[in-house]
Amino acid sequence: VTRPSRPRALADFYLTVMRTAVQEQFQYRAANYAYTIGMVAEPVIYLVVWSTVARAQGGAVGGFTPGAFAAYYIVWTLVRTMNIVFTPYGWEWRIREGRLSAMLLWPIHPIHFDLAYFAGWKFVAIVLWLPIALALSLVFHPQLHVTALEAAVFAAAIWGAYLIRSMLLWVLGMVTFWTTRVSALYDLYFTAELLLSGRLVPLALMPAWALGLAGAAPFKWTFGFPIEALVGDLPPGRLLAGLGMQALWVAAGALLVALVWRAGVRRYTAVNN
Amino acid sequence: VAARARALLRPVTIAWLSFRIGAMAELQYRVNFFVQLFQSLVALGTALAVLALVFSHTPALAGWSPDELLVVVGVHFIMGGLIRTGIQPSMLRMIQDIREGTLDYALTKPEDAQLLVSVREIRIWQAVDVLVGAVVLGVALGRLQAAVGPPAALGFAAALLLGAVMIYCFWLILAIGAFWFVRIEFIVELFDGIYQAGRWPVTVYPGWLRTGLTFLVPLAFAVTVPAQGMTGRLNGRTLLAAAAFAVFLAAATRWLWTRALRRYSGASA
Repeated sequence: VTRPSRPRALADFYLTVMRTAVQEQFQYRAANYAYTIGMVAEPVIYLVVWSTVARAQGGAVGGFTPGAFAAYYIVWTLVRTMNIVFTPYGWEWRIREGRLSAMLLWPIHPIHFDLAYFAGWKFVAIVLWLPIALALSLVFHPQLHVTALEAAVFAAAIWGAYLIRSMLLWVLGMVTFWTTRVSALYDLYFTAELLLSGRLVPLALMPAWALGLAGAAPFKWTFGFPIEALVGDLPPGRLLAGLGMQALWVAAGALLVALVWRAGVRRYTAVNN
Repeated sequence: VAARARALLRPVTIAWLSFRIGAMAELQYRVNFFVQLFQSLVALGTALAVLALVFSHTPALAGWSPDELLVVVGVHFIMGGLIRTGIQPSMLRMIQDIREGTLDYALTKPEDAQLLVSVREIRIWQAVDVLVGAVVLGVALGRLQAAVGPPAALGFAAALLLGAVMIYCFWLILAIGAFWFVRIEFIVELFDGIYQAGRWPVTVYPGWLRTGLTFLVPLAFAVTVPAQGMTGRLNGRTLLAAAAFAVFLAAATRWLWTRALRRYSGASA
């Protein structure tokens, strides 16, 4: 028997898990749809409020017209979909129920399973998202001028965003190895992310000091940057530099995952199985 | 006469008993109070940051000043706390019972089943949001220097009560969906997502959305109308309309409930 080479085996693993995820999640399309529709409430609220502000200010606020806000928050819905990864709350379940025990027996790092599974799920989510984007566009009239380069950078950046957020939330979830009182920490993390990522509002509308804070944090590379790559008018240099920053945070995230995993898994004692 | 009065008071007695049992169970976990307080304060901080951000770009939003919007935030917290304390937990329990067939235990009791499923679960620590909301409301009224007389306070209390009734009906209608679709736990996220829209006065939203948030999801009655009561915007006609809609919704919910029960076949049988 000849064993396939390691990269080849890993690629096979990813393809298989992704295919499974597509088949599995497509069965739950109604639940997936309801989830997506619930998710749409959030950007629609932001969009309506900021459009109202723009109109009260004579048609634009911080350079954003209602049409520009519409483009921002409709692209937001796709980026949000890409941002859904294995939840840190899931780690408690994983550890309490001993699910991790089986994963520890695998010959590959368990993060590959999460990365592959959720990546496969994205294809289902994107297909279900298309009609919603169309409906939102018909209602809110976005103004969007996209160049070929912007589209290409966006297509890469949403996967960069996916990788960064996957890694960061894995690290956050692994805190459960040390303590199960995690809800306060998660709350703080998600609040910081909401305010500093561009999820709440385009970062350009934030005060200068908050912008400085956002620049130092990883959050905007998972949210604001992909959106602005498509709807903003960033020059090619800034677009490519943004992808570079994403690559940097992917590397930093991978390093963190490796370090925290190595320390945390020693503290793991299976509860059952 | 005494017997009839007791029969009329029976639902209140049952609800109170159920509340006491739930409270005793939850009082064992006192640390949860501080966890909940922390979470409420983080949520409040976020809400205030968003208000500050919006009003750094505009002096008023659809005719509401910053302090008036603070009133809306306070009411939104109060109503959200009421929902998560007394409405949502029982509804989730009912959805779970329908799926697992354990609704039998409620249906076989010699009391009205709708009443029983509506008061079975309570999360008292979630009521921290009600306190936080009341403080926010007080601060906002202080800053507005509004003299809230007895009629305004009464109108506010009535509007809040009617709003809670309507939200209860809406949640029960959602939960009744489980009789047909079984797996509907995701509606919590659906509801929470939509409930966030109440953070802003519904007058901000475009017409079709405002109609939806008034009659489809009664957020306008649950949050905006009570807030109007505290900011001198509420008139008797609006309050009357709220009362009429609450009665209509309660009757429609009751009708739907009796029809839905016929679909339930249990799992233990």
